[in-house]
Amino acid sequence: MLRSLDYAGSPSEPASLGMTGLREQFPILSATSRGKPLVYLDSAATTQKPQVVIDAERDFYTGWNANIHRGVYEYSERATVAYDGTRATAARFLGGVDADEIVFVRGTTEAINLVAQSFFRPRIATAGATVLVTEMEHHANIVPWQLAGATLVPIPVTDAGELDMEAATRLLAARPAMLAVMHVSNALGTINPIAELCAMARTHGVPVLIDGAQAVGHFAVDLPALGADFYCFSGHKLFGPTGTGVLWGRREHLAMMPPYQGGGDMIDLVRFEGSSFARPPERFEAGTPNIAGVIGLNAAMQWVMAQDTRAWERHDRELLELGRHLLGEIPGLRFIARPADAVGVLTFAMDGAHPHDIASILDGEGICIRAGHHCAQPLHVRFGVPSSARASFGPYTTEAEVRALATGLQKVRELFG
Amino acid sequence: MATMNELYQGIIIEHDRSPRNFRTLDAPTHSGEGRNPLCGDEMSLQLVVDAEGVITDVGFQGRGCAVSKASSSMMTAAIKGKTVAEATELFDQFHALLTGKDADRTALGKLVAFEGLGAYPMRVKCATMGWHVLKDVVGHKS
Repeated sequence: MLRSLDYAGSPSEPASLGMTGLREQFPILSATSRGKPLVYLDSAATTQKPQVVIDAERDFYTGWNANIHRGVYEYSERATVAYDGTRATAARFLGGVDADEIVFVRGTTEAINLVAQSFFRPRIATAGATVLVTEMEHHANIVPWQLAGATLVPIPVTDAGELDMEAATRLLAARPAMLAVMHVSNALGTINPIAELCAMARTHGVPVLIDGAQAVGHFAVDLPALGADFYCFSGHKLFGPTGTGVLWGRREHLAMMPPYQGGGDMIDLVRFEGSSFARPPERFEAGTPNIAGVIGLNAAMQWVMAQDTRAWERHDRELLELGRHLLGEIPGLRFIARPADAVGVLTFAMDGAHPHDIASILDGEGICIRAGHHCAQPLHVRFGVPSSARASFGPYTTEAEVRALATGLQKVRELFG
Repeated sequence: MATMNELYQGIIIEHDRSPRNFRTLDAPTHSGEGRNPLCGDEMSLQLVVDAEGVITDVGFQGRGCAVSKASSSMMTAAIKGKTVAEATELFDQFHALLTGKDADRTALGKLVAFEGLGAYPMRVKCATMGWHVLKDVVGHKS
């Protein structure tokens, strides 16, 4: 049954495809944009933040702000315990790894740069320079390897927007120095068969880095079951603050890796003749970190762990199917790909209407989508389009919002004829 | 001030559908290309400038959004018959118009229609892409 569009309120009457009580925890979702109710369909770029995350950062700054480590006074001690304690939360959040394998970074991008420079680069002499990536990778999982001296070999993507696993099998057998692959595609929504890739890589002795940026906000990640060597994600795609992120690395890898950046907090002993360094994870955290952000990230992970993420997955899947159906009826609209196993991402092009024009017309309706290459230029080359339009969902996205997107796109169609 | 949808319904769609001077010139004296790395849009511009510095012919080609295409189209119509110095001065006026500064509206003529775009800073660079290429092109002969 069709429902009337009702965005702003009525928490007592959730939409038929809605998560009861979830939306109300996100203050921004009752706001307006361009004078219309905000329809936020850009969660793949960044997720919105629940009140508990906003409160956690605000409470730290208003109540007990102090720098961590080395301070013996009450507030510093409290900040230190909260910051370092977030490692245990992250370890639990990732399915049960060790807290001292958790390195805090600014985001996924910094995590990959760190592994490229401190793990991959020193091993080029013995393991070679080939890094196996995929055609769907985000620039953040391409450029850091190039800067570290890699020769990239991409696993092809099929017309359906999925990895060509036969090619992956063949390319892994050639024993590249590293496999770096995204868990979920930011541009297409594809959920990649990570456990299978890790198992294959393991038989050939190839270390694996997983870019989990787009996975963690959609479903629970169980690292012990995946069998990767490194996993990383950004806090801001997990309902947490920008400028925060987590790199998990196997203890034996982290132990042999040289520092990534030098400065305070990462040292053991400093002399002008030379310095020695702290053990992991502190070895990789030079300078005062984003303390307030990490405290907010802690709140975000705790919040997610208290949610029914199985229900999120069903909701996401239902919205994706609805979106594919509704958008599929718009003349001249075509999806870049329709991967079978995917999170809530609709990526498309329209005849005669450039993605930036589509996004501007929708913006006039208060609908936020993204237009461009989504930091995945090679993928757009693969599909023969310069850019695309992308709508992406979060657990707070409603059926009414997906219908509003379809209505807005009908307007685009009428305007561009 | 016009909303984005009104802008589209007015000049943008019209010039996007039938861009002026959307062609390649046989014997340009000046030519160049521009690219917007944020959206991957590309544009090439060719000019014929005579001995007196007058732009006697202009053509553009490219792939871009309706805003950049319409703006480039209107730019070519506006600069034809003007000297290079007048054309670059017109860009300064156009830029002032889109960034909310005092602009010579008489000199801008039809280009004033883009004024409403100033409310959408992310799209201003779409509207000025052609002009930036022009500024670059007049600096180098082909």
